[in-house]
Amino acid sequence: MAEVLVIVDHVDGAVRKTTTELLTIARRLGEPAAVFFGAGVDAATETLGNYGATKIYVVDDAEIGQYLVAPKVDALVTIAQQASPAAILVTSTSEGKEIAARAAVRLDSGLITDAVDVDASGVATQSVFAASYVISSKVTHGTPIITVKPNAAAPEAAPTTPAVEKVAVSYGATSTTAQIVEVAPRAKSGRPELTEAAIVVSGGRGVGGPEGFSVVEALADSLNAAVGASRAATDAGWYPHAFQVGQTGKTVSPQLYMANGISGAIQHRAGMQTSKTIVAVNKDAEAPIFELADFGVVGDLFQIVPQLTEEVGKRKG
Amino acid sequence: MKIVVLVKHVPDAAGDRSFSGDTTTDRAAVDGRLSELDEYAVEQALQVVEKAGDGEITFLTMGPEAASEALRKALSMGGDAGVHVVDDALHGSDAIATSLVLAAAVRRLEPDVVICGMASTDGTMSVVPAMIAERLGLTGLTLASSLAIEGNTVTIRRDSDEASTTITGSLPALVSVTDQTGEARYPSFKGIMAAKKKPVETLTLADLGIDPSQVGLGAAWSAVDNIAKRPPRQAGTIVTDEGDGGVKLADFLAAGKFI
Repeated sequence: MAEVLVIVDHVDGAVRKTTTELLTIARRLGEPAAVFFGAGVDAATETLGNYGATKIYVVDDAEIGQYLVAPKVDALVTIAQQASPAAILVTSTSEGKEIAARAAVRLDSGLITDAVDVDASGVATQSVFAASYVISSKVTHGTPIITVKPNAAAPEAAPTTPAVEKVAVSYGATSTTAQIVEVAPRAKSGRPELTEAAIVVSGGRGVGGPEGFSVVEALADSLNAAVGASRAATDAGWYPHAFQVGQTGKTVSPQLYMANGISGAIQHRAGMQTSKTIVAVNKDAEAPIFELADFGVVGDLFQIVPQLTEEVGKRKG
Repeated sequence: MKIVVLVKHVPDAAGDRSFSGDTTTDRAAVDGRLSELDEYAVEQALQVVEKAGDGEITFLTMGPEAASEALRKALSMGGDAGVHVVDDALHGSDAIATSLVLAAAVRRLEPDVVICGMASTDGTMSVVPAMIAERLGLTGLTLASSLAIEGNTVTIRRDSDEASTTITGSLPALVSVTDQTGEARYPSFKGIMAAKKKPVETLTLADLGIDPSQVGLGAAWSAVDNIAKRPPRQAGTIVTDEGDGGVKLADFLAAGKFI
């Protein structure tokens, strides 16, 4: 069975849930082989094996950390030429999409981005035009390269012991031109990852200011949820841009999405309307967010949200 | 300094966008406009030239006749000239073919820096900038939330969930910019009038030396086999808070086993 390359998304060897989803999807298409960039493969091997990676290709050259994206493309192309994979799966992060884009050019291969599912025949499902359409498509030329969004599959374990293979890569002159000179890590919130969370609690213009987000955060914490924000709130500087849900921010598709003080402009809807259940609190009964809501409360979020947080606390005991 | 800014004419995201019978984007159903995310690229190019004190900005687009509107909008904000690649054979081109054509047009203009938006608002793939950098061997500095050019060096800041990263490289470079770079200016009346007189060159595939068999729907390396409109969400229950809105919400969440 042909290999299916999965680029591992990890932080110092801690494998992201999205990668276990990709390995699960890869098993439908062939034999999953992980591609691991950077340091920490020892810490990752058990998880990758547990989700069915029979092989782990490792590239840990200094270039990987010193330059933006392109050395990873050199490495992926080297591995792909050696392995002739049935497909290449990449998480739909900004870096993942860029690796996929460049690899598609180099490998003369078709590319599908932002798949929300991929079936055994390689047909990918995408949600387009602000999630108003669902389309299915298939790569028809070269090695299918597909970037896959978080939550596209429930991770299923299929334990095996992977063979770890270090890959020698020669880096092109044009791949070592965008030099990373400083990395300032962001403070961790301790909350679930926005794109991976089962519940997302968001705040928008109605939150009124940065201090208003404390009621949103309190509700999120009571539900073990991620916090999101509308563009109006992030543009105003009330909450960091990294938490923006919408067309220019993150697309989320949680089990439950709670929009507080968010009107529901197309910009925002593009990022959340595939959520399974949507709840809205807004003082404006005419807000378009209520058209999407499974349950909505018209009223003052500063009354309703704290009351809800208290109720959640009581009922959880 | 020579700057090329890539701009795209897209169906307005606020409209009810749809597909044509041949699975391509229906460009007639909804009014077109300069992709909102490209306005940030136009703005950054104008600021680079303003800071440097000199420079020449050419806006480049590929698309049907109406795409020239995107060039006129960009030219009304500032800049010097437009280039419009228009050819019937381009209809239905995928990102790979689009990057092939745009790379050929960029090569002809020999810029020091190419500036693009982070993604188009219709396809939203966010891959064409990286593909063009790859094809032309340009220093690829993507998804910049800030941008500075000093002499021969470009420095960007790229903000991700994990870190804020500073990246630097030499010209010639391609930079894609996010909406975090700062609001784009509105065209002035004077700018709108001036834009009408700025030169716009029209190029065909033959002018770029590209064989029509390499582009278009037939040459796309992926094929759409089904398109379905997402069914509208079922109307939900909307209540007005009478002092117990939070409790009612909790009841709803409990019924859905979220609590």
